[in-house]
Parts: sequence; structure tokens; C-alpha cells
Amino acid sequence: MSKTVKSIVISGNGTNCEREVANACRLAGSDIYDIVHVAELLSGRVSLDDYHFLHLAGGFLDGDDLGSAKAGANRLRHAAISGSEEKLADQLQRFIADGKLVMGVCNGFQLMVKMGLLPAIGGDYREQTATLSFNDSGRFEDRWCTLKVDPESPCVYTRGLDTLYFPVRHGEGKFLAGAETLAAIEEKHLGVVRYSTPDGAAATMAYPLNPNGSQNAIAGVCDESGRLFGLMPHPEAYTHRTHHPRWTREPELPEEGMGLWLYRNGVDFIRNELL
Amino acid sequence: MARRILVGLKNEIRDARGERVKREIREHLGIELTAVRTIDVYTIDAQLSEAEIEAAAAGPFSDPIIQQYAIDKPLASGFDVLIEVGFRPGVTDNVGRTAREAIQYQTGRRFAAGEAVYTSVQYLLEGDVDHALAEKIASGFLANGLIQRWTIMDAAEFAASGGIPASVPKVAGGGAPVVREIDLEVSDAELLQISRDGMLALNLEEMKTIQAYVRDPEVVARRKRLGLSDRLTDVELEALAQTWSEHCKHKIFAAKIEYDDGGGRTETINSLFKSYIMKATADIRAARGDDDICLSVFKDNAGVVRFNDDWSMVFKVETHNSPSALDPYGGALTGIVGVNRDAYGTGMGARLAFNTDVFCFASPFYDKPLPPRLLHPRRIFEGVVEGVEHGGNKSGIPTVNGSIYFDERFAGKPLVYCGTGSIMPRTVNGKPCHEKEAKVGDHIIMAGGRIGKDGIHGATFSSEELHEGSPVTAVQIGDPITQRRMFDFLIIARDRGLYNAITDNGAGGLSSSVGEMAEFTNGFELHLDRAPLKYPGLQPWEILISEAQERMTMAVPPAKLDEFMTLAEEMDVEVSDLGVFTDSGLFHCLYDGRTVCCLEMDFIHDGVPQMEIPARWEDRGHTEPQFDPPADMDATLRGMLGRLNICSKESVVRRYDHEVQAATVVKPLTGAENDGPSDAAVVRPLFDSFEGIVVAHGLCPRYSDIDTYHMMASAIDEGLRNFVATGGNIDHVAGLDNFCWCDPVESEKTPDGAYKAAQLVRANKALYDYCVAFGVPLISGKDSMKNDYQIGDTKISIPPTVLFSVIGKIEDVRRATTMDAKRPGDLVYLLGATLDELGGSEYYDMQGFLGANVPRVDAAAALRRYRTVNRAQAQGVIASCHDLSDGGLGVALAETAFAGGFGIRADLRKVDAPAGMRADALLFSESQSRLLVTVRAEDRAAFEKLFTGQSCRHIGEVVDDGGLTIVGLQGELLVASKLEDLKEAWQAPLREL
Repeated sequence: MSKTVKSIVISGNGTNCEREVANACRLAGSDIYDIVHVAELLSGRVSLDDYHFLHLAGGFLDGDDLGSAKAGANRLRHAAISGSEEKLADQLQRFIADGKLVMGVCNGFQLMVKMGLLPAIGGDYREQTATLSFNDSGRFEDRWCTLKVDPESPCVYTRGLDTLYFPVRHGEGKFLAGAETLAAIEEKHLGVVRYSTPDGAAATMAYPLNPNGSQNAIAGVCDESGRLFGLMPHPEAYTHRTHHPRWTREPELPEEGMGLWLYRNGVDFIRNELL
Repeated sequence: MARRILVGLKNEIRDARGERVKREIREHLGIELTAVRTIDVYTIDAQLSEAEIEAAAAGPFSDPIIQQYAIDKPLASGFDVLIEVGFRPGVTDNVGRTAREAIQYQTGRRFAAGEAVYTSVQYLLEGDVDHALAEKIASGFLANGLIQRWTIMDAAEFAASGGIPASVPKVAGGGAPVVREIDLEVSDAELLQISRDGMLALNLEEMKTIQAYVRDPEVVARRKRLGLSDRLTDVELEALAQTWSEHCKHKIFAAKIEYDDGGGRTETINSLFKSYIMKATADIRAARGDDDICLSVFKDNAGVVRFNDDWSMVFKVETHNSPSALDPYGGALTGIVGVNRDAYGTGMGARLAFNTDVFCFASPFYDKPLPPRLLHPRRIFEGVVEGVEHGGNKSGIPTVNGSIYFDERFAGKPLVYCGTGSIMPRTVNGKPCHEKEAKVGDHIIMAGGRIGKDGIHGATFSSEELHEGSPVTAVQIGDPITQRRMFDFLIIARDRGLYNAITDNGAGGLSSSVGEMAEFTNGFELHLDRAPLKYPGLQPWEILISEAQERMTMAVPPAKLDEFMTLAEEMDVEVSDLGVFTDSGLFHCLYDGRTVCCLEMDFIHDGVPQMEIPARWEDRGHTEPQFDPPADMDATLRGMLGRLNICSKESVVRRYDHEVQAATVVKPLTGAENDGPSDAAVVRPLFDSFEGIVVAHGLCPRYSDIDTYHMMASAIDEGLRNFVATGGNIDHVAGLDNFCWCDPVESEKTPDGAYKAAQLVRANKALYDYCVAFGVPLISGKDSMKNDYQIGDTKISIPPTVLFSVIGKIEDVRRATTMDAKRPGDLVYLLGATLDELGGSEYYDMQGFLGANVPRVDAAAALRRYRTVNRAQAQGVIASCHDLSDGGLGVALAETAFAGGFGIRADLRKVDAPAGMRADALLFSESQSRLLVTVRAEDRAAFEKLFTGQSCRHIGEVVDDGGLTIVGLQGELLVASKLEDLKEAWQAPLREL
């Protein structure tokens, strides 16, 4: 049983995509794919220590009322676990130190960035060094985007991948970082996926291919270990061909959606290199 | 002393929100500013240390990468005029609530009672702007005076006063709770005055019925025993007014109608609802026997139909017209989160799966003077769209289907239809999930939000036309996150069997929810003082009828109470135990242990007198217009594609998340560039099955100007046509009827009431006739009967409008068909005959005519066609399928072509039509039940065989020349347009909205 891969998706307070993320974990071969309400974690009945693969799913934590995922990040930082000295943030830091995987999508990515989990240059997972702000359009938008993968990225999720196609569904997806952080992201190849031209040839700043005006067209980043990864587009929204917006006219599309590849890479990494 | 934390972007950071505001000020008001920047303001009215204030500012309130903050000093600079907009006291402030929670997490202690955080926004305007212009910008775009207030300062004033001073919009403490008694032993005129003054919307007969009730010696004796006098309390009168409101009781649909068909025949209709709507469903269910798909109809918050052996699908559509007229954003937001509660609170509870929305507005480009109190249609458009966007997106429910319909008369009242579908297991804890039953002794538990003055008189307000005195408390703002937390909690409570019944608190508040649930046990005892309040000072009657949002009421058995309460606390959901369900036969409310309301359940629920309404149909003498055919058909086609009712709504659709939950298989936008208009949505609600739900709708108010009978028939056909076009099984589908009418009760204010009532009768007759003919049961519906505007001499009545929504099944979502042409070489077929039916069409309207020949539906032919289309879909021989509706064949050909990115060459001589019809009539007739289909050349024989003996004409081919070519009746080139030009004409009108 030592090879049992256990995934956890945290729900509650405005998380919306927990079911499809758990389903993506299931399809990717994770043996356990639990949806756990944050109240369960805070009650102490469930611990992050019992899992290998943590998912922070899309949604609107606390309505994004103080800026996307800001209030959510504040809760995770300060919320205490009942009947213990520990805070949830402490469990999370231990989870990371244990070499486990954390993946955030959309609001989960915003949460990771605002908690300081990404890009976490130099391995400091507590200090916020980048942000995601309002789209240049000033509006929420749902549209599919092509992503170009940086082949030299340490990201374990995108190994062997080249071009991806997922929907973005956000109003605050513009990635911004200070000059120093941005330079480090580029130098260390942490800008894992970038909005690109439809053929996947080149990253682009042109709207609507780049839907939000992100710096350097960055759609997702990882930490230096490659085990923590977040992105604005939704891979869990493309796990079957019928998710593709043109599946009725492109019969050559494979049965399996390319979002699954990211989850499978994560599960395989745990099974082969962590356990 | 209140503290102010101001948060703004660092100077070098682009302010996308400010830029959008600048753009919209230009579009809405025509005012060009140089720049707009924004600052968020948090006013903290709580005991916090200096360090705690600083920590809040630096922590959750600001983003260190892009923002800066200031505490108790101004942050703004470099502006000409500054406008700060905040909420009025008592208005829901979601950001303020989240800010309070964030501080509580930081400090580890709860705010004391009365402590709060209030938010406001500063707009820093740069440009040629003075105080007066800023006032116009504030009142005309940035704020809604009903719910918000603003302060304006120019740079000099701002410098002199050291910024905007802190102000706390706390609700001023009302007096001690008082229960008033109302003397009904007065003249008829005074009875009516009491009704009017109290916003009760009760008519004289109803007031006299209540008067008679309190004269009954038995009633008086019982009241004495409970310490009540022979006068009604305000709590009782308000409870009666809510329960008896048109909104809750549907008195017009229950009325006795004397119908004169204008041809000498008269009949008495005892309740339209029973005679047509319920009867249609009952007849269909009886005829279908074991094939009946209905599980729960009309009796619950939403209708329930079979999905498969293990799951049921639930659907409800509501309107939120009156609130949206006053505050479009809040009205639409509460519309969507409100219908979410209906779809959740059906049976024992159901997981929310999708939203739909249909809006009827006046043109956003309306350029005539507006009557008083009406907001500009552009503002209504923007506010409503944003409200539904926030309501749907934040709740994690995909918005999968909808439309926007434009007619100038909707300036008087916009229609905002919000629908929600949900899915429930067939059984939960061994019992059918679509049923529920409160039991004697169960506790009355309210969960979710707190009660405030918001929404008081919403039910009675929407039972009247919009007038000068329409109450501002009817306006409220929804809170999707509080509701989401509640649903997360309730679905666990459902699965653990912690409650026996659940319902939503909507119109009429506790009075409705508890009153209705108590019909299971025939009585209840409700302690109003135990309800949690947003702020002190509410009177007992206000607590009973407040429509404050995000609340559900449950019947929790005593044995499960502790477990229920513990789970709620752990999941941070506020719940309160307000009393018990009894079998006393009484609607009994107490305050501090004293009885303040005691009415017989029978009287409150069944005591309302039946209205009697005259209805007289008349021939209005419509005629067909005479005009020359257009010289340039390419330009005419472009003109049609650019009509507001036909053009692309992509700018709105993209603002809704239509694929959260990863279940949307056919999305609202489709085709080669993901921008063609889908006919219906397909949702696959279960990860382990390819069975799907198909959702569509029909709506054609313009036909009402000729005959509401055919309007209704066409709406039904349009809904089913869209459904079938996308792959829905015509033998597994149910309908929902949502009537929005103008007041059909003849009176001084409404001299043409009898005609409007006859229109209503005719629509209902068609509803029965066509639902039965198609075998489509009605499972739920709603009516909104007072969609008029009347101030002074100005009266605007909306065109009679029915939204016919459909929900049904597709056995395998992989067999769904979309509307885009798939590949060159495919053959183009038109299913169904094209008749000279342009009455009420978009084409006639473009020419300035109404016409007379309204489309008529041949249900037998249509049903046969739809079943055959289903067979063709199952065999996989349909490449694309698109319904013909507004704009007819011409528009459908263009849409199919440009959505697919391929040209079409078609020949009008091949269309199945009577001899002598003109080419423009062939192109733009709106004959119903027609579908445009493309078929692979190799499937030709199989396809044609299926349609043997039906109207099925091969009219053209898909080609690779990037153009739409239509050959006319003399063999001439009638249309030769480039796809890009047609698409541009279709996309341009609303692109920037």
C-alpha cells in the first residue's frame, strides 16, 4: 500500500471547482481523491499530513471581496486547528517541506501567489512576491486560450508537454511581479505556461489571445522545486473530448482531454519519485 | 471613533477598473474624461488597537505588490474632482462583511454587537469636470441613490478639509418593539386607505373579508384566550397581505374569468391555472402512463422530472422585474441567487447544476426623454448583466442558456428571467428525494443570513405597477458567498438525514416559508424575537415579512437538533431555532412570549376571495403591408443580422462562466471560432455517465401584438425546436411557463383590461392545446402580472410575454448536434414548409410594419419532424442543425455559414413554399417548426429516407469560397455576400457593451 497516491481538494467559502478537480485526480490514477471542507481540516479530524497531492481549486473565496483570494489567504494564514497549537498554515508548510505536490488553478493559483507559495524564489513560502490583478479589459471573461509550455521549466506537471488549450474564466488574472522577481522567474524558467498564438508558436501580449495582459504573457508559474504549480487557465475543465469547444467539428480530437496530462504527471511523480 | 483605511494602486500600476469606469462614463453619459482612478475605502467602526488597524491595512486589505495604503489620511492626489460612493445604512455590504471576518481571523476575536466595517469607493476624475458634472456622473452612472450615497469634492475642497471625513452608515436604532392594532370597523374608503398607506396591495373585497373575519364571535373568543383583542395586529395584517398578494397567491390565474371571444361565444373559466396549466400536465401524465417522466409538479419550489433510474432533474425559472427596474444590479443578483434557493430547496434539496437567463430590455441606444424614475435602458442592461454575472459566477453555477430581447416598451419595466436547474438522487436515506414532510414537533430552523429591513414589501410591491411611491426597501443586494456556505452545509445535512423538510425564504419571508411548510402539520408556533437581526430596531411584523436574502427554513426533528446545530457551527453557518411545527390549526407568532399574531391556517391560506375578471377578445383589424421588395438584398440581410434581436450577444455571454463544474458539453458559443450562437445547451451532470440534460427556451413577444394564442404556440415550438436541434429527446422533455403580463384587470387605470385579460386567456388556451399536442408536461411556472409603469399621464405596458423554458434528456451527449456548418461538400436541407407568415416578424418590424399573418404552428407535423430529427441524430447523419426563428431562413443560412467558417450556396426555388411568395418573404418569413440541417454527401440517402413523406428540401451545399450565395426565384444572384461582412454586421451592434 506504500504506493497509494492520496489527493485532497479543499472546499468551502466559495471554492467552486472541487468536484471536477477531484474527478481529474481520479481519472489521472490517484487512488484517493477526497474533497475536504476546510471546516474538517480546522476541526482537526482530517490533516494534510494524510495526503500527497493538495489541490486549491477555482472559485471565488469569500467572493474575492478584498481582491482575488486575499481574504482566503488571510484565513489560511491565521486559522487555528481546533484542539491543537497548530495553525493550518503550519501543516501546509510541513506538507511543502515533505516534498509533496501543491497545484492551484484560477482562484487556487491566486491563493498560492497571495500566500507567498508562488513563485517563492529562494524557497521562502511565506512572503508574497507577485500578484494577480484585474484583467486589462476590466471584466470577467470565459474564453479558451492556447498555452505554450516552457520545456526547460522544472515544473513536474508539464513534463513532456508542449502546447495546451484550456479555458480561462476570471476577472483578475493579470500576472504582475516586481522587476527582480520577474527576472528570477525568467532566469529559472518558472513561467511554466504562457498565453500564445493558436499554433503554440509564440507567446503573445495580444488580446484576446492573452486574455488579461499578464506580464511576459505568463499564465502559470511554479516554484524552483517544480512541485508547487499554479495557473489561471482550467486544466480540470478539459478532461474529455466533449469539453473541447469544437468537439462536434473536430472528430480527430482524442478521447482524453489534455488537462488530464497535468494531473497524471503529478500522480506519476508521487508514485515514482515521492513514495 | 471610526477609522478609515484607504487602499489604492501604486502610481505606476495600470488601473483597469478605473479605465473601465472611464470608458463606461463615456458610453453611458457621453462625458469624456482624461482619466479615472479608484481607491477602496474601509471605514472601521470597532474597538481595535493601532497595531491591529495597521495589520489589517498591510495584510488582507492591500496587495503589497501593486497597492499602497493610508490610515486616517487622504491617499488621493492628482485629480480634478473626487467622488466617494458608499452604501446607505442597512444595505448589504458584502465586502464590509468579508473585511470584518478578515480582521477577526487576524485578531482571533469577534466583533462586538454593533461593530462593523463599511466600504466605499473613491473615483478620482481627471478632466474638464466640475461639481455639477460630477453630480451627473455620480447619479447617472456611478451610484444608485436608492441604495448608495456619495460625496463630491474638488481638489481645493479636498485639500482644505484634509480629505473626506469618516462617516458610518449605521442603521439608527429604531424604538422598542411595538405591536399596533388596526381598527377595521371603518368605512370602505378608509379600508382602502389602510391598504394603500400600509403598502398592503389588498383590494376592497379582500379588506372586507378580513373585516368580517375579526367580527366572527368564535374568532374573537379564541383571540381573547390568547390575549389578543378583536382588532387585528399589524403582524396579522401584514401576514395576510403577504400571503394574499398577487405575487404569492396568483389571484389572477386563480380568478373566475368571463371570456367573450369577440365572435359571440362566451365561457366561464374557473381558474386559468387549473383549467389549462394543471390540466395539460394531468392529461399528458394520464396518457403517458408508465412513460410519465414527472415526479413532482407545481407543488414545490421547482418541478422535478426523471433523469435516469438514480437521478432526477429539477428546474425553476423566476422573474425579478420590479426590483431590477429600481436597482438593476441588486435586482438581478437577488433574482439569480433567489432562484438558486428554489432549485436547491425542492424536495429534500438538490445540487445546483446550471443557470439560465433571459432579459427583455428597451434598446441600450434609446435616445428619447425618459419618464420620471425610469433608469436608462443602457444602465439597466449593464446592471442586470453584472448582477447575474456576480450571482452565477461567484456561486459556481454555469450560465448555459439565455437570450436578450429588445422592445421599446420594456423601458417601462425590464423583464429579468432567471432560471436554475439542479440534480438530486432519486432517493436519499431510503426515501424519495423529491418529497418532504415536516412533522408535528419538528423545530423551525432558519439558516443563512440575518434579517434586516431589506426586501420588506417586496411581494406586495411586485404586485403593483411601478409608481411614485414604490418602496426603496424593496431593493436589496444578494450575498452569493453566505449562500454558498449555507448550501455546502445543507447538502451534508441532507445526506445525514438531519431535516425532514426544507424551503426557501423568498417573497414574504418567514411568513411564507414557515406558513407554507406548516401546511404539512396544520400549524406552527414561531418566536419572532429569536430571529437573528442585522441591526436592532426591527418591529415584529418586519421580522415576519422581511425578504432579506440567503435564508432557508428547515423542519428539524428534535432527535437531530444537536447534530444539526453542531454541524452548522463548525461550517460557520448561522442557524436559529425559532419555534415548532404544531397541529393547532393556527398561524401563531409570539414576541417575547406574548402572542402577536394568531390566525387560522385555513383562513390565511384559503380565505382570499376569488377575483372575477372580464375578458373580451376583439379583432383589431390587422392587415398585411404593401411595399416594394428591397433593391439590395445583401444590404437587407446585413441589416437583419444587425437587428438587436438577432445580433451576437457574445459580449454578454463571455462575462458568464458557462463551463464551471466541467459539465457543459454544448456551450452557448460554438463553431470554428467559438463564436456562433448555439440553439440550446447540453449539460452532462454526472461524471460517470454520458447521459445529458438539454436546456432551451422560446420567447416571441412581438407576435402578441397580433394574437397571443399564436405567440404562445410559437414560444412552445421555438423552445422545443431549439431543444431538438441540439439533440434533446422530444419524448423526454418538460416545459416551464413564465408569464409576464401587463395588468389585465379592467379598472380606471386600465381601461383596456378586458382585452389584456382575453390575451391572457388565449395564451393559456394555446398553452394547453400545444403542450398536449406535443406531449410535453408543464412542471413549474410563475406569473408576474403587473408589468406596467404609471406616473402622471404616462403609462407604459409591456407586450404580453411568455418565456417557455424546456428541460429534457439526451441519452448520449456524444450525439449532440451544433449549428455550425462542418465541412465543404455537405448538403444543406431545409426541414419544414415556409409560408407567408411575416406578421410580427423582425423583417416587417425593420420595414416599420406589424402585419397580420402571424406564424401558426402545425404541431402534428412538427412532432413528426422532431422525432425524425432525433432518429437522424441517433444514426449520426446530421452534421449540423440550426433552428429558424427571428429573421427566418436568411439569418439561419448566414449564421450556419459564418459559425462554421464555410460558405453556403442555396437556391430559393427549392424551398418548400406556396407559389407566388416573394423572395424577401421566403428569406425572412418566421414560419415555425423549421430547421436548417447540413448532411455529409455520403449520408444523403439515409437522411432523405428518414424524411420520406415530410417537408424536407435539399436547398444547397456547403462550399469553401467564404461567401453566402443565394439564388433567387428567377435564377438570378439574389445574395452574394462575403462571410466576413455578414459576420461583422452580426457582431458589431453589441460588441462594446
